[in-house]
Amino acid sequence: MPNTPLLRGVWGCVYQTRPFIFLIFHLHIEERQVFNLNTILVNITENIYRMKNKSLVSINDIQKEQYQEILDLAEKFEENPTQDILNKYVVATLFFEPSTRTRLSFESAASRLGAKVIGFTDAATSSVKKGESLKDTILTVSNYSDIIVMRHPKEGSARYASEVSPVPIINAGDGANQHPTQCLLDLYSIRKTQGRLDNINIAFVGDLKYGRTVHSLAIALTNFNTTFHLVSPEELKLPSSVKRYIKQKGLKYYQYSELEEVIPSVDILYMTRIQQERFSDPLEFERVKNAYILRKTHLKYSKKNLKVLHPLPRINEITEDVDSDPKAYYFQQAQNGVYVRQALLATILGA
Amino acid sequence: MSVNETRKELKVSAIENGTVIDHIPADAVFQVINILNLNNIRNQLMVGTNLDSKKLDKKGIIKVSNKYFEKDEINKIALIAPTASLIVIKDFTVVYKENVEIPNSVDKIVKCINPNCITNHEKVPTQFSVVDKDDLSLLCHYCEKTTKKENFSFI
Ligand SMILES: [Zn+2]
Repeated sequence: MPNTPLLRGVWGCVYQTRPFIFLIFHLHIEERQVFNLNTILVNITENIYRMKNKSLVSINDIQKEQYQEILDLAEKFEENPTQDILNKYVVATLFFEPSTRTRLSFESAASRLGAKVIGFTDAATSSVKKGESLKDTILTVSNYSDIIVMRHPKEGSARYASEVSPVPIINAGDGANQHPTQCLLDLYSIRKTQGRLDNINIAFVGDLKYGRTVHSLAIALTNFNTTFHLVSPEELKLPSSVKRYIKQKGLKYYQYSELEEVIPSVDILYMTRIQQERFSDPLEFERVKNAYILRKTHLKYSKKNLKVLHPLPRINEITEDVDSDPKAYYFQQAQNGVYVRQALLATILGA
Repeated sequence: MSVNETRKELKVSAIENGTVIDHIPADAVFQVINILNLNNIRNQLMVGTNLDSKKLDKKGIIKVSNKYFEKDEINKIALIAPTASLIVIKDFTVVYKENVEIPNSVDKIVKCINPNCITNHEKVPTQFSVVDKDDLSLLCHYCEKTTKKENFSFI
């Protein structure tokens, strides 16, 4: 909650409609003492105040209203990405396994908000290699930082870290389990390109069995009356544990084995990698991998508003001639990750 | 009551003070002994198995003197022997009887099936919520994977 109810009330009514105009104005006249994060956030939201000083481990930890408000805030950061609002904070990025893309996105988000970044990029170069327990690493680093962003190869590691850590944890991927910021940037990309989250027709293509991004996004979308089109080989179908969420909300899903079948009817085409190690039979992998490649010619029969998403990095599942098509959105999607991560850092540290 | 049943009743009450665990599925008797650590106690212990039962095909029964079980021990029994009933005896008299019930959450007693789960790599007590009581399965609080009854291994 902001400093005082009175203050909140005042900012809330005066600046409700155009918060960032107010913000830029104050920056220009150097009134830094009144410009703090509370005043930004109060104009955006009430629900995400509950996220202050809380860890973000799993997408299942946040409510529908909170998704919307994080995305609203991310939109503000997209309009005005460089803001010196976290200059008193230190963000630790602990990458127990390397993921350059995700780490750079978080570090970029933190830097644009003025925070200092510390951390390591790979467990091989850290004390973890010497056999230090996760708990000890987290407790040590929490002395040096105000928030910890972590990626770890073991599932459940981020939940455990959040239980032992005195500072909030943001999960940047725990094994095959959760990667909530990826899910939020996917939602952001959908909302931005379609103008809404409700009533979207989405196709998930490729490895729907092991792909954690698909699972989290599908579960999150069950809050928004989505219709699901699931395109995968028999052995990589969406698990029943995820379908259960779709059924519980009474939503529709359709399963396909051919990519061509879904293209004309969907708003979002979410492509994923199919990894060889998922197959016991290498021949089966060869057959399947080539069946789910998106080519520019496919897009001829698509809706005008279609956007192609992909969590990246891709291998060969989208041919390069698609990249120049206005319907290709996967690089912008990655860029949206910075705004979403700015919104989360600001919410958790500052609100 | 037939003579036969009366004699069974007597057998059940044959300890002075303690607990009788009845209606254990016959194939789960030794597992119950293990998870309750009854193989290490010095109290009088009587175990019967493959006994005829009206409720179960074959049942087992455990009687242990001067021992009364705590809630989390009873939960353990429920996980492996959901049909079991617990009879508390004082002065040769049944003072309390309950059918065990599968709890809503299971802490510290079952291992997570997922080899890549943090609970199998660091000293983290396991925590599960019970997602299905009929076809018993537990959802790991940490890795969010499900462990089914046939894969239970106790800590
Ligand atoms: Zn687990």
